[in-house]
Amino acid sequence: MNILNVLILIPLLSAVGVLFARNDKAVKLTALTGAVLELLFAGWLTYAYAKLRMAGATGAMLFQSNTTWFEPLNIYYRLGIDGISLSMILLTATVVVAGILVSWRIEKQVKEFFFLILLLATGAYGFFITTDVFAMFFFLELAVIPKYLLIGIWGSGKKEYSAMKLALMLMFGSALVFLGISGLYYFGGHTWSIQELVAQHISVEVQRPLYVLIFAGFGVFTAMFPFHTWAPDGHSSAPTAASMFLAGISMKLGGYGCLRVATFLLPEAAHELSWIFIILASIAIIYGAFATMMQKDLKYMNAYSSVSHCGFVILGIAMLTKAAITGAVMQMVSHGVMTALFFAAIGMIYDRAHTRQANELGGMLKQVPFIGTAFIISGLTSLGLPGFSGFVSEMTIFVGAWEHPGMGYKVATILACASIVVTAVYILRAVGFAIWGSVTNKEYLQLKDAAWNERFATFILIGGIVIIGLAPFLITRLIESDVTGIMAMLLR
Amino acid sequence: MYKIAIRSSGSLLNKISMNLETISLLRFEWILIAIIFILLVMKLTDADKNTKSMLTVVNGLLLVNFLAGLLPMAEGSAFSNFFHTSQLIVLEKNILNLGLLLISFSGARYLYSIKNQLEFYILMLSSVVGMFFMISSGHVLMLYLGLEMSSIPVAALANYNRTLRNSSEAGLKMIFSSAFSSGILLFGISLLYGATGSLSFDAISMSIQPSALSLLAFAFILGGFAFKMSVVPFHLWTADVYEGAPVQVTNFLSVISKGSVIFVIITVLYKLFGNMHMEWQLGVSVLSILTMTIGNLFTMRQTNIKRLLAFSSVTQVGFVLVGIAGATKVANASVVYFVLIYMLSNIAAFGVIGAISESTGKETLSAFKGLYKSNPMLALTMALSFFSLAGIPPTAGFFGKLFLLAAGFGQGLYVVLAVASINLVISLYNYLRVVKTMFMDDAEVALPSIKSNAPLTIALVICVAGLLLVGFYSPIFNYISSFSYGM
Repeated sequence: MNILNVLILIPLLSAVGVLFARNDKAVKLTALTGAVLELLFAGWLTYAYAKLRMAGATGAMLFQSNTTWFEPLNIYYRLGIDGISLSMILLTATVVVAGILVSWRIEKQVKEFFFLILLLATGAYGFFITTDVFAMFFFLELAVIPKYLLIGIWGSGKKEYSAMKLALMLMFGSALVFLGISGLYYFGGHTWSIQELVAQHISVEVQRPLYVLIFAGFGVFTAMFPFHTWAPDGHSSAPTAASMFLAGISMKLGGYGCLRVATFLLPEAAHELSWIFIILASIAIIYGAFATMMQKDLKYMNAYSSVSHCGFVILGIAMLTKAAITGAVMQMVSHGVMTALFFAAIGMIYDRAHTRQANELGGMLKQVPFIGTAFIISGLTSLGLPGFSGFVSEMTIFVGAWEHPGMGYKVATILACASIVVTAVYILRAVGFAIWGSVTNKEYLQLKDAAWNERFATFILIGGIVIIGLAPFLITRLIESDVTGIMAMLLR
Repeated sequence: MYKIAIRSSGSLLNKISMNLETISLLRFEWILIAIIFILLVMKLTDADKNTKSMLTVVNGLLLVNFLAGLLPMAEGSAFSNFFHTSQLIVLEKNILNLGLLLISFSGARYLYSIKNQLEFYILMLSSVVGMFFMISSGHVLMLYLGLEMSSIPVAALANYNRTLRNSSEAGLKMIFSSAFSSGILLFGISLLYGATGSLSFDAISMSIQPSALSLLAFAFILGGFAFKMSVVPFHLWTADVYEGAPVQVTNFLSVISKGSVIFVIITVLYKLFGNMHMEWQLGVSVLSILTMTIGNLFTMRQTNIKRLLAFSSVTQVGFVLVGIAGATKVANASVVYFVLIYMLSNIAAFGVIGAISESTGKETLSAFKGLYKSNPMLALTMALSFFSLAGIPPTAGFFGKLFLLAAGFGQGLYVVLAVASINLVISLYNYLRVVKTMFMDDAEVALPSIKSNAPLTIALVICVAGLLLVGFYSPIFNYISSFSYGM
């Protein structure tokens, strides 16, 4: 059995374990143990991968294996990872541990909650380790039920509406993706394997519609304009852990798909048509930033800022230069950790103050200094302060985007850069209202600061932010050869 | 004298062995007929006084019937090609047998409560015998006879709650619509005879050419079958009949009746009208678009769960038609595979609906509010079957539906696929609406914890296990695909 299967088996077995756990405590411990084991395993896997690469392993994917699944349709269960998928796996493992820790005090239907969280994680891991497009699609879709139920049952506000909207829009995205990959199968020599599809020369006429379908389909998952409307409602209604997952992991599934399937497998069409998505990404970046400014609810604020930040991912991928794509991958990891921290901090505040309105809060730093600090750190990462992960990744995207010689591309780059200013405005304003200042509400004087589980979660996520911020070469080295491979495909 | 005796005994032996061969080809049919006879004898001897043990015996017989179907069987034809059987046909009959068994199990509670259970079974089994002949037919006459034999008993079944007004309405609508569709079908058949001069499948498939007459014949024949499959615009009877008939009869209608017609229409289109591939592909595509879309739109507004499933079954047939239009070996396999999955999903859903309606007397969607809190296992079963119908992993419906669509893509049916993808979204809404009712709404009246009886539990467990296994466990699809055929 391929060692990568362990990545799916750990969360799956812990999910089953959760079902058989006797009481709530056992449920939480099982889930946490699974998540921590998974994080450790992901760390070991990175080490093993790096060692193989150092020793001179050259294949595009390592740890490959190939199991027949549905033979008449040439569907295989193919596994393999490269640096890009590995960084996504590390991101997922980190966010899952933090998400489970943050949800420690959940009381309603505990067993079901953790079961669904683990199922959601299983889908994400599966998506990142398979190299068969059909199997990828299977894992992509696997997350639909958990997302819907997590928001609909444990959410707040107009949760049923949000859950339904999210499920339907993501289903629409999946349908587009499915049409696209069916096209890959029929026009790419009847195979679903990414490795084999790379070698196929699909004619440009065919590539064009497929590229648009697949990119737009995955774009829905990344909350690309105009398919972003599920994100604000979904994120704000979801329970904290689910928001962390949605923004931290689920939106990255889309970015990964845009890069790995749409851009990598259909390079000629990408050259011709990526301008469509650059325009959409630019709109998302600017619209998202301005929409964030208008929000009072902290969760809506972070949701719209996620739309803006994921716009950077799309922009980086669509610019088709090496630096931009590297930046896009870094931005995916960086935004994943940062937004998870943001949602965790907002969730902690909401649990205590029972409001998320920025203007009703105030003086959080005095009352709950730990949570306040976490909030500020995530805010500063979001606006791109040097030293944190946001700066390096966005910077790399800008540099890469500027390399593109086209005039329109330069304009898009400048617009994207300018949005940073707007980001600074809304972040500083939110921090000013909610965190600084004097305590406005007497009831807040009784608030207790973060408990152990919340502290752990925060430390893990801050650790991720700082490591990427101070040592970005860790990621760039991990993904360098893979981005080079994608570039080689783009320049063929 | 001596010689003659030898010769005649030789020919007798010959005859006997030929008859044995025929009998073995007809194994599925005569086992069912034998069961019907046993039931008749039981009825005559008043063996149905002890309802419980009688039902156990019947269920046992059906189990034997199903298991006997799994025994290996030769391919071949009998009665000068009126009847033929192949591995695919055996598989299709096995699927129907499984459905029959599961419906009988899941309907146990309803059957306890009614009188004349034996007649219920006799009618149901006669209908299935008709389906088997229909599926095996190699001649249009046999096809028509089988179809009639399969649909008339169902009308009586739909009317089984004789004291209820809408049950009678269901029976009447059923008999009218099936008579009407048979008329259309017969008219098509007579035109077909005019066009080709023959009624045997082999002769027709050889000589048929796209001409005005044969196109007209095709249109009428397709229309006749469309009625039975409740394809839009021939679906109008579906909702009323489904709503009025007893739950288990609705189950039978939506799964077994529909499944058998889907099986047979593959034969009709691929073999009989094989030369008119382009023409029928267009027709089926148009019907598919209409069926999915209208079925879906009507599902959205239903408040009665049986009506909801009626329109949902219309939608599902729309997806099946995409696969049928796919017309390749894989497409054919996907259709059979999908029917199996659809059957498991619907039987699970109707099993739960039956349990709820018998304990609360309600069949509205609002009766399912808060079901997860009072009866978690029933709610989970129902949710799983609905996820399967919506085509969401990890259920088998995901694979079934995607294979159908992929088959359509292979034939370049891009418009159909574009419509189908939008319909995937709408149908997800329809199914999630029920899931939401069960998991997120609070019950208006607190539901009692429903005690599930053993047969129902067995049926539901088999369905749920099937819904998970049939998908992941790829050998099932590969097996079906190994003897399916394309154009």
